[in-house]
Amino acid sequence: MALDSKTDTRPQQFKVVGTRPLRPDGIDKVTGRARFGADMSAPGMLVGLVLRSPHPHARIRSIDTSAAEALTGVHAVVTRADFAPPADPGVADVLDNCMAGDKALYDGHAVAAVAAISGKVARQALKLIKVDYQPLPHVTDVDAAMAPDAPALHEGRADETVPAGMSPNVMARHEFGHGDIDAGLSQADRVLERSYRTEATHQGYIEPHACLATMAPDGQADLWCCTQGHYMVRNTCAAILGIEQGQLRVTASEIGGGFGGKTTVFLEPVALKLSQKSGRPVKMVMSRAEVLRATGPTASSSIDVRIGMTRDGRITAGFAELRYQGGAYPGSPVDMGSMSAFAPYDLENVRTVGFDVVTNRPKQAAYRAPGAPMAAFAVESAIDELARGFGLDPLDVRLHNAAREGTKASYGPTYPAIGLEATLRTAKDHPHWSAPLGPNQGRGVACGFWFNFGGDTCVSLNITPDGTVTLSEGNPDIGGSRASMSMMAAEELGIPYDRVRTVIADTGSLGQNEVTDGSRVTFAVGLATIEAARAAKREMCKRAAQVWGIDEDAVIWEDGAARPAGPNAGQHPPMSLAEIAAIASNTGGPIAGHFEVNAEGAGVSFATHMVDTEVDPDTGAVKVLRYTVFQDAGKAVHPSYVEGQFQGGAVQGIGWALNEEYIYGEDGILQNPGFLDYRIPVASDLPMIDTVILEIPNPGHPYGVRGVGETSIVPPLAAVANSVSDAAGVRMTSLPISPPKLLAAIRSGGS
Amino acid sequence: MSKIHVTTTINGDPVEYLCDAEETLLDVLRDHLGLTGSKEGCGTGDCGACSVTVDGRLVCSCLMLGAEAAGREIGTIEGMAKGDQLHPLQRKFIEQAALQCGICTPGILVAAKSLLDHNPDPSEEETRYWLAGNLCRCTGYDKIIRAVLDAAKDMREAS
Amino acid sequence: MQYLSPSTIDDAIRLLSSQTGDCKVLAGGTDLLVRMRSGFAEPDSILDIKRIDELRRISRDADGWRIGAAVSGAEMGEHADLVADWPGVVEAVNLIGSTQIQGRATMAGNLCNASPAADSVPAMIAAGAVARIAGPDGLRDIPVADVPTGPGKTCLAPGEFVTSIWLPSRPERSGDAYLRFIPRTEMDIAVVGCAVALTLDAGGTCTAARVSLGAVAPTAILVDAAADTLIGTTVDDAALDALARTCSDAAKPIADKRGTVEFRVHVAGVLAKRATIIAKTRAGGAT
Repeated sequence: MALDSKTDTRPQQFKVVGTRPLRPDGIDKVTGRARFGADMSAPGMLVGLVLRSPHPHARIRSIDTSAAEALTGVHAVVTRADFAPPADPGVADVLDNCMAGDKALYDGHAVAAVAAISGKVARQALKLIKVDYQPLPHVTDVDAAMAPDAPALHEGRADETVPAGMSPNVMARHEFGHGDIDAGLSQADRVLERSYRTEATHQGYIEPHACLATMAPDGQADLWCCTQGHYMVRNTCAAILGIEQGQLRVTASEIGGGFGGKTTVFLEPVALKLSQKSGRPVKMVMSRAEVLRATGPTASSSIDVRIGMTRDGRITAGFAELRYQGGAYPGSPVDMGSMSAFAPYDLENVRTVGFDVVTNRPKQAAYRAPGAPMAAFAVESAIDELARGFGLDPLDVRLHNAAREGTKASYGPTYPAIGLEATLRTAKDHPHWSAPLGPNQGRGVACGFWFNFGGDTCVSLNITPDGTVTLSEGNPDIGGSRASMSMMAAEELGIPYDRVRTVIADTGSLGQNEVTDGSRVTFAVGLATIEAARAAKREMCKRAAQVWGIDEDAVIWEDGAARPAGPNAGQHPPMSLAEIAAIASNTGGPIAGHFEVNAEGAGVSFATHMVDTEVDPDTGAVKVLRYTVFQDAGKAVHPSYVEGQFQGGAVQGIGWALNEEYIYGEDGILQNPGFLDYRIPVASDLPMIDTVILEIPNPGHPYGVRGVGETSIVPPLAAVANSVSDAAGVRMTSLPISPPKLLAAIRSGGS
Repeated sequence: MSKIHVTTTINGDPVEYLCDAEETLLDVLRDHLGLTGSKEGCGTGDCGACSVTVDGRLVCSCLMLGAEAAGREIGTIEGMAKGDQLHPLQRKFIEQAALQCGICTPGILVAAKSLLDHNPDPSEEETRYWLAGNLCRCTGYDKIIRAVLDAAKDMREAS
Repeated sequence: MQYLSPSTIDDAIRLLSSQTGDCKVLAGGTDLLVRMRSGFAEPDSILDIKRIDELRRISRDADGWRIGAAVSGAEMGEHADLVADWPGVVEAVNLIGSTQIQGRATMAGNLCNASPAADSVPAMIAAGAVARIAGPDGLRDIPVADVPTGPGKTCLAPGEFVTSIWLPSRPERSGDAYLRFIPRTEMDIAVVGCAVALTLDAGGTCTAARVSLGAVAPTAILVDAAADTLIGTTVDDAALDALARTCSDAAKPIADKRGTVEFRVHVAGVLAKRATIIAKTRAGGAT
């Protein structure tokens, strides 16, 4: 059976894909049976705790752990001295973040850890560790960190892209775009120049990081942890600990939220080292305060925008300089912010310049479309301001400039078929757009974009003797993906959904899998699942051909069974998957299909968001009245979970726009490391989040799937800001739009 | 150090345990009784993932000492289904995709059941305010609220 | 750490005064356990008052209400007669935290935790509440307004604890209300709180008023000047404007992660107006 290209064999009519079956892990999760990171224990287990720097920046002169080690009930204490310098320079910063070396670089930076018989003893032990700190001047603001006399975190780490004379805290400079900005601006009827600021936010997953590690003296190790990528955990820990990847088997627990924040390691190498030293399993669970202080929030940003527009709404040039601080180590997503800022638009002249800056804050980690929400906030606010200034409809202006198939993107490539225009037109026709607004109410729209990724993927599809199918894949399920994989396998094999069971295999079972990020799972793991199913079908056709005594090429697979390809192949009743499986041993052995790939062809995903807000002009309080998400999913495998991604991302964006922020004082200490004052949206803050799924198929996936998980956080910051601006008559250029800031702007009659 | 001996009832079963004075009920449930369905999301009563009922009253188990459970009736997520019969709320949550990662789900189900025990016909607003102490980061609450209101309707019609 | 749970007030007094180390009283635990977890409190012993039946009761006599120190906010909210008499006090208590917090938190605990932003305190002050305090020297009654002496500090002497809060019977044609400003819709500490209790005569003129502000000073304050702007008026717009200005003037807040000075000063006036309008409606006044 010949299978030429991925797209040739896209089913015209889906039988399973697009329906809403029950997820396989549902019962476990509604009964409390599902085991998350902190739900595992082992005989003889010790409790591990971390000692953290109380200083935002300090030289660590010495650490005396003797009193802690001597405390009854303490079985191991580790510091950086227990970790040999890794051979792989790529994990040097990760290790330094997990356990400080010469310097503590932020309030909360890990400096030592203990393993003891109970949390109580471990806490006592931490108090006995004597660290000799020499406090150093600190800096937490991105622009302040770029000043030439700013306290420097690292010397000489800037890469060659950074111009001479910049502060040593500037690590990299990126530039994208094409055309001539000055020429383009000179063609505009109005040029808007604005600066925007956003604060750092945290992914806010409800489950703190947790792991249970067992490591023998010879380096054989087992690790249970909540993570978005247990293969990444394996590889990173192996590199840090100087063992081979095959010596460490990592099992991913159920994960209580990630959103990008669990795509790296914090506790895991430390827990393994404590286990090795103590000879006992070690369980480590972060407190909420540790999660906020010492895991990976987003970058905060300072962005200058210059956009030129003609009075009929054509953008003649777009320029942005983006400055992001990514915490204490290089690698903020300012590159992705710079690439995505103008991505929805077809521009002759566009340029973005991005600076990656370090500050005395925790090392940033990905948060759902890393780098993009801030950039979109700036650009979409500016476009809104220009559009309204000319009395133009904000959706029409975007349509006027929208990127389409064949547009050269601001970041380089030429777009294939994309869904931006579809989202804009659907938004314009939607009843939300024409619904009446009352006093102090306003409406805002914004567009957003995300690249989506593919990456290394392995899937193994195995058929049991009774004809059920088990699918082993390597990507923790953060949003219902097990259901989607089972659906795609069932679709491809032509069998009912409930005959397929998807399991997330440990690292001993598959070779390598990129983390669950980049909105890649439904796309890449789905693609691999489909290909593995096709391989299994080829094998099953071969077995049927064997039974029928005909050529392999004369057998096709249709509706869950092997069938003769045509009348010339002979009169053979179809053999179902179950029938072929039952005689597998007699026809050559157990039947499986597998597929390994570094998946390419991920389709970009565009969205338009529309939101109504009401402002209390006497207090600056903002109420979200109505919210609609219009997003292109390519092909929605399980529409309920696609809707769920749209809604979840939108609400995180609402929180980012209105209330969430990392608050640092002059002393460089984080003031709000808890859910009381780090304010994520609660149920009573929100209306229903309406969703409209557009489907413009991605040519790179057999079913047209595009990733959906990340784009949904990109538009809300600007959509909410534009809505508040409409409601309150003031333009807010700094997030969050907290009531004191908004009230001050209203009372001063402008911004 | 000496532990406190506590006799209590959990999900209808008589239970005895030893705990330190400073251990919370959540610590006891998770670390001593193997009842890991209740989760610790914050330890400060701000997220609701540890929700249980005490004598029918919805509380955060992270803000109650294990010692205080003596003589009380504790209800956790593990007691919500009866044998192989899921509670209508549990069924609705699965049917309506009212969970994504599922970490907040036990707390929300315990809180939602408490709501419907008090008020079998809550409005959307009442439901949202009752559940304001249960943080969810994945769903944006939309499908959760719909599932609770739908389950309430089914339960009213069944009774 | 030791856990003590006496079943009478006398046993509690005896135990509390005989503890050698730091002994903390436990009612709902929604402040104490948070402080213990963060290391701000490391008591040597905890005295749980919830096994003392008397402290779990809401009772009423000719003079007023007595609400036991171990009565939870949820229980207060379910007491229809109490809600009818003092809706402002009950709504203030019911704003503390979430439904789960309400299942445990007590008005007496909220008072004794002495946060400047405590929700129940302005409402109790406006209602003229009195705290009954038990100790080795017997019982004493102190106006609630005098209990908090600074952030986290009360006038209670070592060995003393609050056994109940007394509210007067609501006078005729009276109403009270409590409003607070928070950035979300729930779950936040009050950035500003305002409670108003007032009485009208048969003609609709205000004959008595108490206005209390929270979160704008080290403790909740009773603003006599604000009451003066209402007394003798029909609580019309002019009176409300004067009220707002007076409350803004009386507010002496700090700037912190929850609000700026300017914000708190302005919103104190806004909330005072809005709370007064609600109290007036509850008193049977024309809207």
